[in-house]
Amino acid sequence: MGVAVRVIPCLDVDAGRVVKGVNFVDLRDAGDPVEMARLYDAEGADELTFLDVSASSGERETTYDVVRRTAEQVFIPLTVGGGVRTNSDIDKLLRAGADKVGINTAAIARPEFLGEASRRYGSQCIVLSVDARRVPADGQPTPSGFEVTTHGGRRGTGIDALEWAQRGAELGVGEILLNSMDADGTKNGFDLEMLRRVRALVDVPVIASGGAGAVEHFAPAVEAGADAVLAASVFHFGMMRIGEVKDALRESGVEVR
Amino acid sequence: MSTSPHVVVLDYGSGNLRSAERALERAGAKVEVTSDSRAAIDSDGLVVPGVGAFAACAAGLRAVGGERILEQRLAGGRPVLGICVGMQVLFERGVEFGEEAEGAGQWPGTVEKLHADVLPHMGWNTVAAPPDSQLFAGMAADERFYFVHSFAARRWELEPVEPFTPPKVTWAHHGEDFVAAVENGPLWATQFHPEKSGDAGRRLLENWLAVL
Repeated sequence: MGVAVRVIPCLDVDAGRVVKGVNFVDLRDAGDPVEMARLYDAEGADELTFLDVSASSGERETTYDVVRRTAEQVFIPLTVGGGVRTNSDIDKLLRAGADKVGINTAAIARPEFLGEASRRYGSQCIVLSVDARRVPADGQPTPSGFEVTTHGGRRGTGIDALEWAQRGAELGVGEILLNSMDADGTKNGFDLEMLRRVRALVDVPVIASGGAGAVEHFAPAVEAGADAVLAASVFHFGMMRIGEVKDALRESGVEVR
Repeated sequence: MSTSPHVVVLDYGSGNLRSAERALERAGAKVEVTSDSRAAIDSDGLVVPGVGAFAACAAGLRAVGGERILEQRLAGGRPVLGICVGMQVLFERGVEFGEEAEGAGQWPGTVEKLHADVLPHMGWNTVAAPPDSQLFAGMAADERFYFVHSFAARRWELEPVEPFTPPKVTWAHHGEDFVAAVENGPLWATQFHPEKSGDAGRRLLENWLAVL
């Protein structure tokens, strides 16, 4: 027996509301992140992730309230990412009740931010979120062939994604959220090669994200080295339930809660 | 218990106190979050939370007179529950990044880095509790609790002393065995986070509240 592979639903939250169509008829208000969080908790989610996609800082204020209300009602770990740029952002999220905070773009501009945040708040609550893709034919080649992207995968940075994950771990982050922008939305399965290569480089937990389309897709991600698996739309649209993913993992010999 | 026990969550500048407060309320306690030592000494139960670095937590605990609070409570047999780094600081010392820091010294031994392939140990793990454990009473053997830490007590060094009841030590495994929970007279502690461990965590907190 050992630590169980975590199954994590991710909710995109815009101005305090869940976005990216949610298809749950049994909820009073499927647009309310708190209601969704409670549902996923009841279904056996091991952790929850909120991705704040609010455009303005004013809208972001509503996120703190969402986090606060969620933490009051849901007793599993909660990670919040999206637009985290300063220690003050982290501070506010942790005080509101987040257990972990995801950092993405702000670290690309200033990698030292990862080290500062990890030292100040502890590695265990800082997650480096990496939106990675294979370098396109007309792009700037990187040593690994993978690059970090911004703007939801639309813009390449020329930064080697594998080196970036490794650097994040060296700077002290406690976890890597590895999101394949190529696989994202395809429902064809996770990018196993990228997972394997990141796993070989870092000794912090790795969360696989992007590409889940069937319950059979999760076990290969674990075999490739994922400590946790994250998905969004397949859960929100009711294409699969958390329990079904866990059953499939269990049948493949993976330990789940 | 006929009325809700009064529990103080000791506020010494560490961590997500709101989660601990809410989880204890859900388990049936009347909760006060404070650094006031009088309230901490007088309450039915005291929770010592803690996240982050050992040295920072130990210093924070000292700054609110935590060691004196612990001494006074334990001398009177009044229950204390340490959580995560709040458990670690009860040991003699912690070694993080090559630096040694002094803990509250209630238990002999050192909190040090776990030997494991992947750290932090993050997620839901099982524990091996002794059969007479009160903290884990009524729980399935494969019940899982939420851990997030890289450091732990890798040995238990306190020898049983007559006439005291020997401490009950619960173990978990990540790379190697480490102490997951201790029930030692009125001083109990968990390396995992009951306040983040869903229904299993609630039952565990209820078990603790039941002895207050």
